[in-house]
Amino acid sequence: MLNDLIWIPLLPLLGTLVPLFASRFSRSACAFLTAGLPALALVLVLQLAPQVFEGETVRQSFGWIPQMGLELAFRLDGLALLFTLLILGIGLLVVLYARYYLSEKDSMGKFYAYLILFMFAMLGVVMSDNLIQLWMFWELTSISSFLLISFWGHKTEARKGARMALTITGAGGLALLAGVLLIGNVVGSYSLHDVLASGDLIREHAAYPVILVLVLLGAFTKSAQFPFHFWLPHAMAAPTPVSAYLHSATMVKAGIFLMARMYPVLSGTELWFLIVSMTGLATLLLGAYVALFKHDLKGLLAYSTVSHLGLITLLLGMGTELAAVAALFHIINHATFKASLFMAAGIIDHESGSRDMRQLNGLWKYMPYTATLAMVAAAAMAGVPLLNGFLSKEMFFAETLHQDSLGSLSWMVPVFATLGGVFSVAYSLRFIHDVFFNGEPINLPKTPHEPPRYMRVPVEILVALCLLVGVLPTFVIGDLLYTASAATLQGAVPEYSLAIWHGFNFPLLMSFIALAGGIAVYVNRKELFQFQAQFPENDPKLVFEAIIQMIHKQITRFMELAENGSLQRYSYMMLSLAMVMMAKPLLDLNATAGHRPQIPVDAISITGAVLLAIGALATVIWNRQRMVALVALSVVGLIVSLMFAKFSAPDLALTQLAVEVVTVILLMLALFFLPQTTPKESSPKRVARDLGIAAVIGGVIGTISYAMMTRPLESISTFFLENSKTGGGGTNVVNVILVDFRGFDTLGEITVLGIAALGIFKLIARMRLYMPASDGDGRPWSKDSHPLMLSVVSQSLLPLALLVSAYIFLRGHNMPGGGFIAGLITSVAIIQQYIAHGVDWIKARMKLDYQLMIGSGITIAALTGLGSWFFDRPFLTSWFDHFHLPLVGEFELASAMLFDLGVYLTVVGATMLILANLGKLTTSERPVLKEHD
Amino acid sequence: MEGLYAFCVGLLTACGIFLALRGRTFPVVVGLTLLSYAVNLFLFASGRLKLNAAAVLGQSEQYSDPLPQALVLTAIVIGFAMTAFVVILAMRARADLGNDHVDGRLPEAPKPRLPRRTGGQ
Repeated sequence: MLNDLIWIPLLPLLGTLVPLFASRFSRSACAFLTAGLPALALVLVLQLAPQVFEGETVRQSFGWIPQMGLELAFRLDGLALLFTLLILGIGLLVVLYARYYLSEKDSMGKFYAYLILFMFAMLGVVMSDNLIQLWMFWELTSISSFLLISFWGHKTEARKGARMALTITGAGGLALLAGVLLIGNVVGSYSLHDVLASGDLIREHAAYPVILVLVLLGAFTKSAQFPFHFWLPHAMAAPTPVSAYLHSATMVKAGIFLMARMYPVLSGTELWFLIVSMTGLATLLLGAYVALFKHDLKGLLAYSTVSHLGLITLLLGMGTELAAVAALFHIINHATFKASLFMAAGIIDHESGSRDMRQLNGLWKYMPYTATLAMVAAAAMAGVPLLNGFLSKEMFFAETLHQDSLGSLSWMVPVFATLGGVFSVAYSLRFIHDVFFNGEPINLPKTPHEPPRYMRVPVEILVALCLLVGVLPTFVIGDLLYTASAATLQGAVPEYSLAIWHGFNFPLLMSFIALAGGIAVYVNRKELFQFQAQFPENDPKLVFEAIIQMIHKQITRFMELAENGSLQRYSYMMLSLAMVMMAKPLLDLNATAGHRPQIPVDAISITGAVLLAIGALATVIWNRQRMVALVALSVVGLIVSLMFAKFSAPDLALTQLAVEVVTVILLMLALFFLPQTTPKESSPKRVARDLGIAAVIGGVIGTISYAMMTRPLESISTFFLENSKTGGGGTNVVNVILVDFRGFDTLGEITVLGIAALGIFKLIARMRLYMPASDGDGRPWSKDSHPLMLSVVSQSLLPLALLVSAYIFLRGHNMPGGGFIAGLITSVAIIQQYIAHGVDWIKARMKLDYQLMIGSGITIAALTGLGSWFFDRPFLTSWFDHFHLPLVGEFELASAMLFDLGVYLTVVGATMLILANLGKLTTSERPVLKEHD
Repeated sequence: MEGLYAFCVGLLTACGIFLALRGRTFPVVVGLTLLSYAVNLFLFASGRLKLNAAAVLGQSEQYSDPLPQALVLTAIVIGFAMTAFVVILAMRARADLGNDHVDGRLPEAPKPRLPRRTGGQ
């Protein structure tokens, strides 16, 4: 099972949890345990490596959302292998290094968890066989890198640097997503396998320039290419292990990886060459030049990284196959020497307390061993022979000579490349000379000394690799480079030689010019520094922050305009928008009336309509006299209920009638605690505006209902009508639909009802209300709150009402009625008792727990549904049969009835929970409050 | 008859919307109640109007469409729950914020011509 490809990213994903638990043990144990799962993943990779070396692409995929072409797919080809080895290998070294780097105060578990999370994300990027999935991991690297950069969140620069990195790489990620979606659109698949085979299709497509620019935006932002390079130096606020891992070896290479991955698809055009190589060249020169002037050790390394990333980009941009091979080679070399340099810088910082090269001098005396390692790595960075940097740099120089895409200006590329080499040598020399020699240390916070033994081990391993690759390139790296090249090019790999000595040729000359020039520049650095000092310091951080501030200000201004806190305004806007969107379909409707025969109007209906109109208009006209409006509203509700009765919906009529009673009681209770009248606030203009939109919407809705009702209907209800008796065992089809055909809906609905009631219960429970001592006109409340007649009559009515509700419940399956209606009737009967006797009186006599009622109602309904599982039927399958009992006669039992009982209980419980608790507020049991107004 | 019915739905909608656009909570609740009448009638009408055709098997020659009825039935009950929720929320807002304006605060700088504020205690 462990042979599965998915375990390679999955093990580190599990591994993110390990340090969180292991941090309670000693530091070494924590580091050791953290390294365990990634190490296992590395073993898995090595196990699969022979297959990959034979040219095979190991793939594995799982369905994710197959309908949308989404799958969880992984691949391990040469390119992925190269990167997985870098990610896991250097990752493990960084884990070891960080164990000594982090201080006691830092949360080691958190740091390792973020680090391994990043490792997982990065592995996901390089192993994805699906572009959407690749993008998802891509964004995850941005997020985990944000967490790592802001690890020392108490420092301003860490927070700002992290935010900047996230903004830039996140924005690039969005561009990449757009590009990926376009590619998917063109190819018809997001699978990398299909996309890689569709190079010609994409390059000849009209959308190619857009795709290219979008994908490159993603790559350039991630790999810190000019003009997006500025986030990388600011990301140096991260702990140094993070810089060594993310900002030299892995994350910044993700952009390069993407370009290499999409190389067979996107490269080979004039546009690719122009954008990629020119960006790379600009980045190479800028980075190398700026690096020389950085006093911060990590700042120098950061700009040097920018420069080297530019070099790799330039190589990829050249479009020749050999240049792509050189690019891959330099990826490996840069990762080894730069990671070791960052680690060395971290050691220096750790053991001397400073990273400022103006303070750091003459450290050779204090830490000769570390100094030697750093010097070898820096020499590799400068491209000194016998080290790996020399080999790839020479390949780079050779390639610059072999391209002619700039026409008559092509000679400029090797010249600029050599110039970049000159500065590269100069800043490497500065790194060596300024730190380890050049006099004595100045005002260092600590006396420098050698680091702990094992802190040096990762540096030693990486520097040894620099040397080994430099001396025995074919032996050490040949196979890996070859398979990676084959995977990148997706075709034949050109002839190339990794030998150190190619005879006296132009590239060698360029190397020597670079070395000599670099030494010359460094020797004359004082003049250069003075020259550079004349320019005003242009801090990209300030520019970035200013832009962010500006965007923030603009958005705030817009938000204040659009979102001024007035609910009335929002409602008006939404309604207007709804009308605007209605306009088109309504204008397309050719005739208002359809062909369905209409029912003739009769006098009763006209009377009803007039009453409804009077009620509705009275509600509006007297809306400020709240009690009057409520009475008018109840007239409307009654007429609505009669309308249901008239148009053959007895169940609806009964429900509406019962709900109407409950609603009006509820609103009256509420009105007790709310002002009795509404102040006149709306300006005439606003009233006119609201009347306007209300009239328009009313007209539109009326028109739509008329158009709908006069058109013939194709309904699915025939099914329900035909199967109600045979399948559901009831003749009242509405009830059978509720408790049987669409019982699952009803279960959801009573759950919502229960939740609403509980929500109200909680709202009431902590409400601190001011109870008015008099009505709106200042008259005190009547002392005679429970009239005797009402108490007596209602008390005798209660059993009758309960009997009616039981009857309505029982007949519900076959005649109008059912759980909803019966529940409401029961509630009305109980409420009547409350009104007649008061809460205190009822409380002593009726011990009903309404919460329990809601709970048991929903439980009964759900259990009825689950019951059908015992008979191997799907959820809520109904059962019914007819029985015969002496005296009673023939009767029917149906599981739906049990379900309806659940509905009944929930409705009673919910209604009563709301009303009884609201009613309780008017009694002595209410929470006491002395209100100020 | 369909025209009359549509007129009723339209009128209820218009009245409901007008009230829902008021500035105090209680008229808004009343407006929403009116609006929910309109919506229920509208949904019910999507099964078309029929006289003497209750969807009870064996009781009539033809049957009205039972599906919209079943949906509207639950909509009425849930509508009640929502009305209750909103009105309790309105009470709570008044208790906690000291006023019953939908924005939770009184509009700034009321016009001086306003008559004496009624309703507050």
